[in-house]
Amino acid sequence: MPSSRVLAIVLALVLGLAEPAFANGNAERGRDLYESRCIGCHSLDANRIGPRHRGVHGRKAGSVPGFTYSPALQNSPVVWNDETLMRWLTNPQEIIPGQRMNFRVSQPQDRADIIAYLKKESGR
Amino acid sequence: MTLSSSAKPAGLVTERRAFFRSAGAAALSATAVALISGCESMAQGSMNSSSMTMADVNILNVALGLEHEAINAYQLGAESGLLQPPVLNVAVGFQSHHKEHRDALIATIRKLGGMPVAEKPKAEYAQALNAGSLRSQADVLKLAQRLERGAANAYLGVIPSFGDKGLAQVAARLAADETMHWTALTGAMAEMLPQKALTFGA
Repeated sequence: MPSSRVLAIVLALVLGLAEPAFANGNAERGRDLYESRCIGCHSLDANRIGPRHRGVHGRKAGSVPGFTYSPALQNSPVVWNDETLMRWLTNPQEIIPGQRMNFRVSQPQDRADIIAYLKKESGR
Repeated sequence: MTLSSSAKPAGLVTERRAFFRSAGAAALSATAVALISGCESMAQGSMNSSSMTMADVNILNVALGLEHEAINAYQLGAESGLLQPPVLNVAVGFQSHHKEHRDALIATIRKLGGMPVAEKPKAEYAQALNAGSLRSQADVLKLAQRLERGAANAYLGVIPSFGDKGLAQVAARLAADETMHWTALTGAMAEMLPQKALTFGA
C-alpha cells in the first residue's frame, strides 16, 4: 500500500476519533441544554448579554439589530449554519478571533443537539 | 412550580442569616483581592501576549455584563412587591454577592487595561427578562433559579478559554457562588436536587 494512502487512512482515523462525524441533533434534548447552558446570557427573543437567538440559523454573524457586537463579529462574513455553529460552540475564538463569547460546549453531541434546537426555533 | 409554604423560605433565611452576617462586608475585599492577585501574576509574566490578555478581558467583560443583569434581576424581584420579607432578605443577600462579583470584575478589568462594560438602564433588563410577566413569589424565584443556573454554567463554559489559569480559577469560584444560589433557590421552591452527579457544566 502506498505510504500516502496509509497516511490518509491514519489521518482519517485520527480525525474521526478526535471529532466524531456530525451527529444528528436532538432538538428536544437541545432545548433542555439551551435552558441550562445558554440561558445565562441568551434568550430566544431578547437581546441580553448576548444577542437573541430565534432566527440565528441562516443568519449572518453580527447582524441582530439593537445588539452591540465586537468588531470581530460585526465584520465577520460567517453565516450561521450547522457547520459554522458547530465550530463556534467548539471554540468561538478559533472561528472568529477577537470575538467576546468564548463559551465552549465540550461534547459534540451536546453541540449538535443545541444546534438542532436553534435550527428548529429558526424555522428551518 | 410553586412555593409550597412560607415556612420554607423562612427556614431558608434562618439558616443563612448568620452566613450573611459573618460573610458580609469582608467578602468584597477578599473577592477583589483574589481576582486582582490573578492580574498580578500576569504582570509577572504568566501571560505571554497582549492579545491573550485582551481575550481574557473580553471574557471578564461578558461576565461583568452577566453580573449587571443578575443585580438588576434581583432588584426587579425586590421591587415587585411579590416577595415575602424572609425571601426578600435572601434575595437581597444574593444580590449583594453579585455586587461583590461586579466590583471585583471591574477592578480586574481595569487593572488589565480594559474598559468595564457599563450597566444598562433597569428598564432594559426588565424588558429583556420579561419582568412584567411575574405574578407571584414563585415566578420571581423561578426566574432567579434559571438565571443562577445559567450563570454557573456560563462561568464553567468559559474556563477553557482563559489564557491565565488564575482567572480560570476565579471563574470556577464565581460558578461556585452561583451554584450556591441555585441550590438555595431550588430548596426554597421545594424542588428535588439532581439525582445524578456532574449536572453543571460539561
